[in-house]
Amino acid sequence: MKITVKGLRASFGDHEVVKGIDLAIPSRQITAIIGPSGCGKSTFLRCLNRMHELVPGASRAGQVLLDDTDVYADDVDPVLVRRWVGMVFQKPNPFPSMSIKDNVVAGLRLTHRYDRKDAPGVIERALRQAALWDEVKDKLNDPGTSLSGGQQQRLCIARALAVNPDVILLDEPCSALDPIATARIEELLLEIRRDYTMVIVTHNMGQAQRVAEHTAFFLQGELVEFDTTAALFGQPRDSRTADYIAGRFG
Amino acid sequence: MSDETATMAAPAVGRAALHTPTRGRAARWYERLIELGLAGCGMTSIVVTIGIVVILAHESKDFFAHVGLGEFLGSTKWTPIIGDHHSYGVWPLLSATLTTAAIALAVAIPLGLLAAIYLSEYAAPRTRKIIKPALELLAGVPTIVFGYFAITTLTPALRDYIPGLSGGNLLSAGLMMGVMIVPLVASLSEDAIYAVPQSLREAAAGLGGGAFEAIRKVIVPSAWSGIAAAITLAASRAIGETMIVAIAAGNEARFGFDPRQPGQTATAYIVDISKGETPHGSVAYQTIFAVAAMLFVMTLIMNVISHRLSRRLRAAARA
Ligand SMILES: Nc1ncnc2c1ncn2[C@@H]1O[C@H](COP(=O)(O)OP(=O)(O)OP(=O)(O)O)[C@@H](O)[C@H]1O
Ligand SMILES: [Mg+2]
Repeated sequence: MKITVKGLRASFGDHEVVKGIDLAIPSRQITAIIGPSGCGKSTFLRCLNRMHELVPGASRAGQVLLDDTDVYADDVDPVLVRRWVGMVFQKPNPFPSMSIKDNVVAGLRLTHRYDRKDAPGVIERALRQAALWDEVKDKLNDPGTSLSGGQQQRLCIARALAVNPDVILLDEPCSALDPIATARIEELLLEIRRDYTMVIVTHNMGQAQRVAEHTAFFLQGELVEFDTTAALFGQPRDSRTADYIAGRFG
Repeated sequence: MSDETATMAAPAVGRAALHTPTRGRAARWYERLIELGLAGCGMTSIVVTIGIVVILAHESKDFFAHVGLGEFLGSTKWTPIIGDHHSYGVWPLLSATLTTAAIALAVAIPLGLLAAIYLSEYAAPRTRKIIKPALELLAGVPTIVFGYFAITTLTPALRDYIPGLSGGNLLSAGLMMGVMIVPLVASLSEDAIYAVPQSLREAAAGLGGGAFEAIRKVIVPSAWSGIAAAITLAASRAIGETMIVAIAAGNEARFGFDPRQPGQTATAYIVDISKGETPHGSVAYQTIFAVAAMLFVMTLIMNVISHRLSRRLRAAARA
């Protein structure tokens, strides 16, 4: 297990949105989280790399173990947690002040690990992994924001990969993209899934089934069901799961 | 009256409501009147600006016919009234203007930028609510107050540390001007930094960047065109500032960039000559307009740069 979550609760002010979740996320696989809007998927995800606490008024209880380290232990620096657990957001957010290649190495620059000699290799490797290299190799100095939405999102994935994380959290990475761009990202996730542990939040049942080995179904801040993707979609044990995947609510 | 017709017409659904007769000519005239009034207000500033340009051009044309642009820009002696042989080299005024402006910016840019970063990225909302108006209050202090403070307090204090500092000097005037401009830089930069999308801050945090690294490498660069616009505006403010330099800089038109020495900026010269009894139409009188024209061109260039930059900022924000 890469990540073990124990009794996780999270709130905004006194509004509790994650209500005691236990979940074990396997190493070097893709785990999908599905559930209706507002059920706490993003909040859960953001607890895994301590992004949740950046929101004013946010609070949390319970444990998140990365390998065997409690990321919420007193002596753990949240900034370091985020170096191991990267994130890709719903809306592509390349840095507008940076070129394509500077975007890729932005994480290294932000963490003082940038090395001018290594940079070209790092940039090419990350862009190849993100299946973007061929499209941008001749215009690495163009601004990152000059790319299309789908390309921008792959750039953001390259940026996350370049810092060599253990885990990558993806919060609806394709929801702003068209089907072709979506397919390319799914392809790339499948390609790199043996090298990273990935957790992807998605509203797209098809996407969960195409990319994820395991799927978790959340409802109103609780984990209703967690199983292999085949089992969860094939023979859901809980009637609420069955209703949701059949499109009867949410 | 138009309000009444509007509320009366509102419940009536359908096309007929659009043709309610009371909401016809009167209301339309009313709106047309307001539009004209507002346009008139807008025009006033344009008319005044054009008037200034015309007068400046007209009066300095006579000056340059008499003196020549070569001497104006080529000589370092400025003695338009004193002595028998008059010199019209603008460099003494320009050197003092540039020196005080440079000192002011050296104070205002770092302080203003750091204040802006503190306000937008670190200060708690409550602190922000107190500090921002306080800063803007500082911007409202009449500049003559800064000028007197410079000459009565700052210069005597600095004299203990800087040997050879003369009573009126470019340094005190520049420093005080810097303090005066801090709120302008801080306020405009803060707006620019505040407008950086939250998603970029999240992206930086998600990559494992510390707060200060994110500010340095992502947030400030993203807000850069807005900050640069603030700086150019500050520069044109520094070039155009009059009262502080007229009081504290010594009012001696001497060429040089030594901040310990007295000097006379272009604005201070205009004040000085305007209060004397310079005969209307004399060359000395015309120098006012030549110097003013030069100032006008300098600030115009600054404002054009500032305008370009903020337009780029808005374009970037939309992207
Ligand atoms: N920054 C915030 N401040 C206050 N409440 C928030 C904040 N973000 C989310 N919430 C609330 O927390 C609850 C869960 O939100 P969350 O974003 O985790 O849901 P989600 O499952 O990701 O939804 P979606 O599928 O629409 O993205 C919602 O009720 C939402 O209103
Ligand atoms: Mg969400």
